[in-house]
Amino acid sequence: MPESTDIAIVAWGMTPMVRHTDQTEPGLLRVAIGQAVERAGVSRQEIDFTCEGSCDYISGATFSFVQNIGALGAWPPKRDSHVEMDGAWAFYEAWVRLLHGDIQTALVTGSGRSSTAEPSLIYPMEMDPYYLAPLGADPATLAALQARALLDAGKITERQMAEVAARSRRVAQDNPYAQVRGDFDVEELLASDYVRDPLRRHDLPPISDGACAVVLATADKARELCERPAWVSGIAHRSEVHNPALRDLTDSVGTRDAALAAGLDLSADSIDVAELQAAFSHEELLLRASLGLSERTEINPSGGALAANPIMATGLVRIAEAARQIIENGRQKTLAHSTSGPCLQQNLVCILEARP
Amino acid sequence: MSEPCAVVGVGQTHHKSRRRDVSFAGLVREAAVRALEDAHMTWADIEAVIIGKAPDLFEGVMKPELYLSDALGGAGKPVFRVHTAGSVGGATAIVAAHHIQSRVHRRVLALAFEKQSEGNTQFALGSGRGASLGAGGAFAPFMRAYIQRSGAPEHIGWKVAVKDRLNALRNPHAHLKIEDISIEKVKESPMMWDPIRYLESCPSSDGACAVVLTDQQGGKEAAAAGRPPAWILGTAVRSEPGNFPGRDPVRPQGAVDCAWDLYRQAGITDPRHQIDMAELYVPFSWYEPMWLEAHDIAERGEGWKMVDRDETALGGSFPVNTSGGVLSSNPIGASGLLRFAEAANQVRGMSGAMQVDGARVALAQAYGANAQYFAMWVVASSLQPFG
Repeated sequence: MPESTDIAIVAWGMTPMVRHTDQTEPGLLRVAIGQAVERAGVSRQEIDFTCEGSCDYISGATFSFVQNIGALGAWPPKRDSHVEMDGAWAFYEAWVRLLHGDIQTALVTGSGRSSTAEPSLIYPMEMDPYYLAPLGADPATLAALQARALLDAGKITERQMAEVAARSRRVAQDNPYAQVRGDFDVEELLASDYVRDPLRRHDLPPISDGACAVVLATADKARELCERPAWVSGIAHRSEVHNPALRDLTDSVGTRDAALAAGLDLSADSIDVAELQAAFSHEELLLRASLGLSERTEINPSGGALAANPIMATGLVRIAEAARQIIENGRQKTLAHSTSGPCLQQNLVCILEARP
Repeated sequence: MSEPCAVVGVGQTHHKSRRRDVSFAGLVREAAVRALEDAHMTWADIEAVIIGKAPDLFEGVMKPELYLSDALGGAGKPVFRVHTAGSVGGATAIVAAHHIQSRVHRRVLALAFEKQSEGNTQFALGSGRGASLGAGGAFAPFMRAYIQRSGAPEHIGWKVAVKDRLNALRNPHAHLKIEDISIEKVKESPMMWDPIRYLESCPSSDGACAVVLTDQQGGKEAAAAGRPPAWILGTAVRSEPGNFPGRDPVRPQGAVDCAWDLYRQAGITDPRHQIDMAELYVPFSWYEPMWLEAHDIAERGEGWKMVDRDETALGGSFPVNTSGGVLSSNPIGASGLLRFAEAANQVRGMSGAMQVDGARVALAQAYGANAQYFAMWVVASSLQPFG
């Protein structure tokens, strides 16, 4: 982990997350980016580097990200990059780029319109094309296998899963960007039918359209642009073996390794808030255990991915929400997590902190 | 101050229309293993893997880096996926270099590929909705505009095609090997997208390319062991919107800005004379003089004259695409990285029959989408080639 350049999040923006919008993806990005640069108090032209995260399969078009640069204001031409990954990884690329120290600001986005397609038909196409994709297992099916492994190992209960779902949707009532909110009774949730045994409807994320944008800056610039920047104290990501059958599904080793590489002291109990990309209720329980987070750490006060799941932006929203806890809510140290692939194959952990 | 970065390993597949003998994983592994062998490294030495490829719809596998993580030794490591349209191979090398230059990692594997035979690129370019112009159709108006603007004679395109195809005969990995290539043969080939004839167009290839990058210490160790590294003097990327009133797609501002950002980093003030050779992304013949001008290697309207005087031929004063270029091998996502890798091999003195005598400084470039994404690097045989 290099210690040279200090980098912080200074501003964020996001669209309301909705089941379906008729806005185009560049339209969503225009809103999110507009908010972010306005909060930062910079123009699009002043941004030194941009990096976007999006996915052609989600958008339903080849080169879909090319249209998105219209929302960046990439004129004069910009230092710009794009990852076919969640915006959280675009954030990672921007962090790496800012470490060079020759530029001062970066704008990162994540965007997706899952409503344009049927995720259960699209997602099997991200699996090994020879042995796994032909099975047609959708994300809910794969998640159910992981939930079953956790239940059978005695590490979680269906009641705990329902409690996660109820809590997420309850706190989401305070989040104007969330999509699924309300008061749900755990007993009633547990009485409902399975969608994919052992997952019930409440254990699943919604289908969401939305975009998120984050502005980063190097040390002096960050202090100039933001009263209380959210400093990136560490960030790292790890991949694991692709085939879920070859992994211990009752642990998220990659998440823990990423957190350690990002400098998290698992015994310090230092995290005030963790925003975890847990699209399925059991994933929150698993991630919490894998990271060794105690009861002290508040998990997903935004409602998390169970309240809004704009795929390709969901992870970046976690980073933005973790940053807000420092910038706006006076918290000291927060953690954001993002994931990609079947049963949490790839995981990214970003640790943010306030500094005097 | 960023960490100096060196290329110490290069590997590529034998590019073909159809690599039915290998899976996706087999294809990428072939290139990666060759790069590791070249670098005298094993999988355990690699700290992170950066994967690039063009649109996932080309093969019908979404986010294939998830599946390819295993084949590239990615389990337990960071695996990162770049996608910046046709420039992606170049962007992959640059993102990998950034991981070294920022001191996040010490040894990184950059890999890019395309297995075009698994799908239908033309179909995918239209997002499966049909009526795709294809890349040739999209770029033909820009090439016509260049011809009109520069007054270049029509044989310039044919000359580029013949030169690159002759160069490909010296490249053991090239896809197209047309032994009896001639101006007459190009000229008589069918018109595809006026002014581009069949033999002035890139093929559709399966292939992969891999590059191992390391820091100053790693580069020096390789040099001390008698394996010359290619030192990166600069990297640059630029993007601009593809369509708006007043945009010049023949000499895109992004191409100009990207080149000068790069030259500034590399200490280059006279690219035509300070750079010894270039690997430029030329999928259609006319793009060679167009990029020579847009990157200010040639004066405005003079790029085609460099071609006409054979200056860009192997043995000329400014050889371009001695590997045969994209015109001879086009695994799309890898096509950019191949440019970057071939340029590195030139300054390492490892280009075999394609070697440019005394090449010390080499330029590589890739572009994408509506000629609106640019990725470039300059590599050299030493960190201070200009003294």
